[in-house]
Amino acid sequence: MFSQEFVRNAWIAGTVIALASGLIGYFVVLRAQVFAGDALSHVAFTGALAAAAAGIDIRIGLFAATILIALLLGALGERSQADDVTIGVTFAAILGLGVYFLALFSTGSGGGNGLLGARTLFGSIFGLSATDALIAALIAAGIIAILLTVARPLLFASIDPTVAAARGVPVRALGLLLLALLGATTAEATQAIGALLLLGLLAAPAGAAQRLTANPYHALGLSAAIAVLSTWAGLTISYLIPTLPPSSAIIAVAAGTYLIAFLATSDLRHARPRALKTVIRGTKT
Amino acid sequence: MASHLPLAALSVDLIWDFRQLTAYPFMVNALEAGTVVAVMAGVVGWFMVLRRETFAGHTLSVMAFPGATFALLLGLSAAVGYYTFCGACALVIGAAASARRRHRGEESAVTGTVQAFGLACGFLFLSLYQGVLANYENLLFGDFLGITSGQVLTLVTVCVLTLGFFAIVGRPLLFASVDDPVARASGVPVRGVSLAFMLALGLTVAATAQITGALLVFALLVAPAATAQLITPRIGASLALTALLGIAITWVGLALAYFYNYPVGFYITAVAFGVYLVARVARTVIDHPTLLARRSRAEAAA
Repeated sequence: MFSQEFVRNAWIAGTVIALASGLIGYFVVLRAQVFAGDALSHVAFTGALAAAAAGIDIRIGLFAATILIALLLGALGERSQADDVTIGVTFAAILGLGVYFLALFSTGSGGGNGLLGARTLFGSIFGLSATDALIAALIAAGIIAILLTVARPLLFASIDPTVAAARGVPVRALGLLLLALLGATTAEATQAIGALLLLGLLAAPAGAAQRLTANPYHALGLSAAIAVLSTWAGLTISYLIPTLPPSSAIIAVAAGTYLIAFLATSDLRHARPRALKTVIRGTKT
Repeated sequence: MASHLPLAALSVDLIWDFRQLTAYPFMVNALEAGTVVAVMAGVVGWFMVLRRETFAGHTLSVMAFPGATFALLLGLSAAVGYYTFCGACALVIGAAASARRRHRGEESAVTGTVQAFGLACGFLFLSLYQGVLANYENLLFGDFLGITSGQVLTLVTVCVLTLGFFAIVGRPLLFASVDDPVARASGVPVRGVSLAFMLALGLTVAATAQITGALLVFALLVAPAATAQLITPRIGASLALTALLGIAITWVGLALAYFYNYPVGFYITAVAFGVYLVARVARTVIDHPTLLARRSRAEAAA
């Protein structure tokens, strides 16, 4: 499998992107900010199409759009946590703008436009060149390095913002930094697994990890490990079954892991009688 | 997408414009469907915004994409796929929300995972479908202009059912949305009501997505409701305003798309966002402790 160059590139890029998404995803889930990640993945779509319509490098459009909107969302919300209605309205508008750029791009260039749309939305990890993989690895390494440097205060600020602020932790700045890093990760991942599917790598491994352990550092590591292993498994499966797109396989494995973690840790024996009792009480009154 | 139409130009004469707008049957169908969809999405969206379930609403609207591709793959009618996927997704999210939570982010993690998984399925179905899918963007971004009168009739039926649902469940739902613990204590079956609402949201989204596309249902769900709730805190007024705003946004968007050659989805989201922005700015100014006070003092002095 590794004798082919495109597979090697996919593994390099996939591993680092998964590592970054798994680590960032843990904080995003901890702070219940998955919706912001969702919004940013749609922003990535608009950014890429805007860059394509303007004829500049797509990467510039991606990073500029996602980081800018991430900071905007952070600035609009209290304590750098945008509220969900603001996010919703903003990104519905941005999505509409994406449709506009899509139309602009399609009428401007003639053929081949559907391909860019599909690649942006769903990614094409087996289509990455060696340079793409190298750039992806470097950017992801940067994101991971920054994140691990601020991990301790960020954890403090996420779990108990009031006490953290009283202790002199810059809660607001850290919130903005996390959103900016989230934006960068989205832009980075868009080319590999696609804007719309990144959410799976952010939410599923972190959700699973948080169900499996209460220790934040263990959960952080576990989340990254699940993300990387899901990516490896997904890449292998889609290499063996060519009709299965790699992004779909990766997300399916990650979602499956979460489902197993969810079922394994929810004790139904305690939940059942209570639910039954509510039903009985409901019929009596 | 009105490029193939004979020259239609916007003029100052509004009646003439309206006559031009309704000159073609497809446009009449689009306006009718748009009106129905706007009312339905507005009312459901109003509760969605109130309950802060925007993320779930967006996830449900995205489910229309796997639904459509699944139906395409099996050769079924697209509507079957929409209703199946949106309904199933609503049940999963609703069940996960009522399950015991381990941590604060659990609900958003589940919703995000469901969304990504649904999209991954959609992408898989799309690549399994060997035939050429001419305009997959239409699935995502909608095509207002190919609506039949049969579809309008179905929409009206779904809309009446939805409004009927809210007429019955509206009161307890409102109670449960505004004050969950008190509603629970006074015997409102909060879990059941929440699940029923999620299901209604899913079915509405499925009906709407057929017209607006998977990615833009969301604009009609969230923007009118968010704007109306900024303008007035009164329940009845705010609900009525939501429906009116939704209709106005849809009509302006459709008209702009008819007269100028860009996708209808773009116009609707842009108008919706503009209206929200104006309301938000106005609200900030009105609520500002000194800005208006200073003016009234100046007026009093004058």
